[in-house]
Amino acid sequence: MKVAITGMGIISSIGNNVEENYAALISGKTGISSIENFDTAHAAVIKVGEIKKSNQQLAQQLGLSADNDFSRTSMLGAIAAQQALENAEIKDCNEYRTGLVSATSVGGMDMTEKFYYDYFEDESCRRYITSHDCGEVTHKIAEHIGLKGLVTTVSTACSSAANAIMIGARLIQSGQLDRVIVGGTDALAKFTINGFKTLMILSDTYNTPFDNNRKGLNLGEAAAFLVLESDAMVQKENKKVLAYVSGFGNANDAYHQTASSENGEGAFLAMQKALKMSGLNVSDIDYINAHGTATPNNDLSEGRAILRVFGENVPEFSSTKGFTGHTLAAAAAIEAVYSVLALQNNVVFPNLNFKTPMEEFDLIPQTTLKEKSISHVLSNSFGFGGNCSTVLFSKN
Amino acid sequence: MKTCYINGTGCISTQNTFETDFLSEVTINNTENVIYANQPSYKEFIAPAASRRMAKGVKMGIAASSKALKDANLTMPEAIIIGTGMGCVEDSEKFLKSILDNKEEFLTPTSFIQSTHNTVGGQIALGLQCKGYNFTYVNGAVSFETALLDAKMQIENDEVESILVGGIDETGTYTLSLHKLINLVKSEEDKPYSVLNSNSKGIVHSEGAGFFVLENEKKESSYALVEAVSLQSSLETEEVSDFIANFLEANNLKISDIDAIVLGNNGDVEFDDYYDISNSLFKNTPQVYYKHLSGEYNTASAFGFWIAANIIKNQDIPEVVSMNALKKEAYSTILLYNQYRGKDHSLIVLKKC
Repeated sequence: MKVAITGMGIISSIGNNVEENYAALISGKTGISSIENFDTAHAAVIKVGEIKKSNQQLAQQLGLSADNDFSRTSMLGAIAAQQALENAEIKDCNEYRTGLVSATSVGGMDMTEKFYYDYFEDESCRRYITSHDCGEVTHKIAEHIGLKGLVTTVSTACSSAANAIMIGARLIQSGQLDRVIVGGTDALAKFTINGFKTLMILSDTYNTPFDNNRKGLNLGEAAAFLVLESDAMVQKENKKVLAYVSGFGNANDAYHQTASSENGEGAFLAMQKALKMSGLNVSDIDYINAHGTATPNNDLSEGRAILRVFGENVPEFSSTKGFTGHTLAAAAAIEAVYSVLALQNNVVFPNLNFKTPMEEFDLIPQTTLKEKSISHVLSNSFGFGGNCSTVLFSKN
Repeated sequence: MKTCYINGTGCISTQNTFETDFLSEVTINNTENVIYANQPSYKEFIAPAASRRMAKGVKMGIAASSKALKDANLTMPEAIIIGTGMGCVEDSEKFLKSILDNKEEFLTPTSFIQSTHNTVGGQIALGLQCKGYNFTYVNGAVSFETALLDAKMQIENDEVESILVGGIDETGTYTLSLHKLINLVKSEEDKPYSVLNSNSKGIVHSEGAGFFVLENEKKESSYALVEAVSLQSSLETEEVSDFIANFLEANNLKISDIDAIVLGNNGDVEFDDYYDISNSLFKNTPQVYYKHLSGEYNTASAFGFWIAANIIKNQDIPEVVSMNALKKEAYSTILLYNQYRGKDHSLIVLKKC
């Protein structure tokens, strides 16, 4: 059973709303830059997909008071969730059985690392203590949009938002809820910058997905949410449907805590499950929005998994991480928005910065904007802990 | 539609619940505002070399899940769904502290790798070589309940036949010190602590792991079946009665059908009035409480779920968890209600199978 998408909202380094993101994607404008919003010892040697707005500006945009207790992660999430509701023309979140499922990797870590020692000296910052918690990030978004029903949070590292979409769709399919707002949010933090730095998978320049000479990823920050609704709701409210979630698959690579297996077993299983659920054949897929983080390990493993699923007939594929960087738990949510935009506009977005094909296989991503009729998009997201997720989006 | 049975359990808590019969050895704490898990010997479950590198949460998760699988006589679940409020918080704190203290230099990746919230689920999958569905929910007091709801939907929809579900949280020294700063944890002056009739704010903080094998078939090992699960982010105290009444009605249940109610009272005088239904709707129902045994943490409700499953299996409410003097001949239907600080409300119905 398909689930309708009736609204979407996004804030990322390439735009503050859906229209701005689309404009950047079709004009090939990257959001990767040097870090400006906070000090880090690595500022000179990394590039990031940073949203060029201070916390104060974000708070103003949301109409929050100066003594608010929103982490940056919550603010980004609240902005995107609010846009999604407006896009779906939902005024009252509690009118029907409505839920919110968000995803985040490190929650309000941005505040915890800022006030780590200050908390003990300065009472005024203590309002942020509980904002660290991942669930509290989602509570804040729920409060901002006035939602009181089912609220929960998924954290499966970089695949988190794909899983939020899945459980949201499942809650509708099983008749538990009528509407679910699903997505994810993550803000840049020293914690993740240093974490990926110790793993030696941060590029010192613009990331180059699926390129033979790829040097690693650029971290990014973003939030995006989709409104999912049941068929009954769509009919009752005569809703405009942007696209459908037509299938999803989740599998575990069970190979290594952080690395993906050489043959991409988990990714292969996730894609296979999603296709099986949707009833679609591999030949029905018109575009793959790849995970494509530009780490040596991911792109090889994902490429092999794509070849295992699609064989000789791999459709156009691209990673949009060259635009946004890797936005961790939010990645699958922003890429869900991009997948819907690809369906709506019949375009394949370019994979930026690609020059040299990988020596291990013959896979060339789409490097220029390509117009073609698109009915079904497959979107991949993988994370630490072996988590592999695939979501399928369809026009009808 | 298939039915969701609880066929195996494994529980690590501040009590010796791992190696003894159901609540046969309990101690009541009223002097410590933080209590730690009574950890088993991990030798049987984890190679010593690997064990030294593993976070406490991962070790508790592996041991509790191994026990639940053995109890259900299952070697490989088709899916693993974990609920955890904070994940492996100790490693998260360790990595953050070294970033700040060493000015972002001389860092090693081990604690970063362990710090992600899905480490427990990932490590269990790795150990079992379980390539199925793998999820981690991280939403305060409904982390475990979301995992349970997800599992129940998949079993009922006949997508999978068996799922390992767990609720797990470990203590973290830094986080605890912050929670003490803002009085989320009971202060020393409030001793002796009690859960019932408390007049102090905050909670006794703790940790634990409750794991369950859910399957679509009744077996000899079955404890109970999971009839219904409902979550609600936010409620006022005066809305609780309606929330419960609507839930019961939606599941074709009357108050008189409920043979016992398991309540999440934690002794926080500011928020325990959410459980005042014990004096109104459920005043004639046998009542059970458990956080005087487990302490409070994001997934303490998994301990309550373990208590409820065992009450149905044994058809008896142990004295030590009885909140009122009422008893029943048979316990066929048990309702669980939990919340934390007015947020993350959950209702679960378990039935005898």
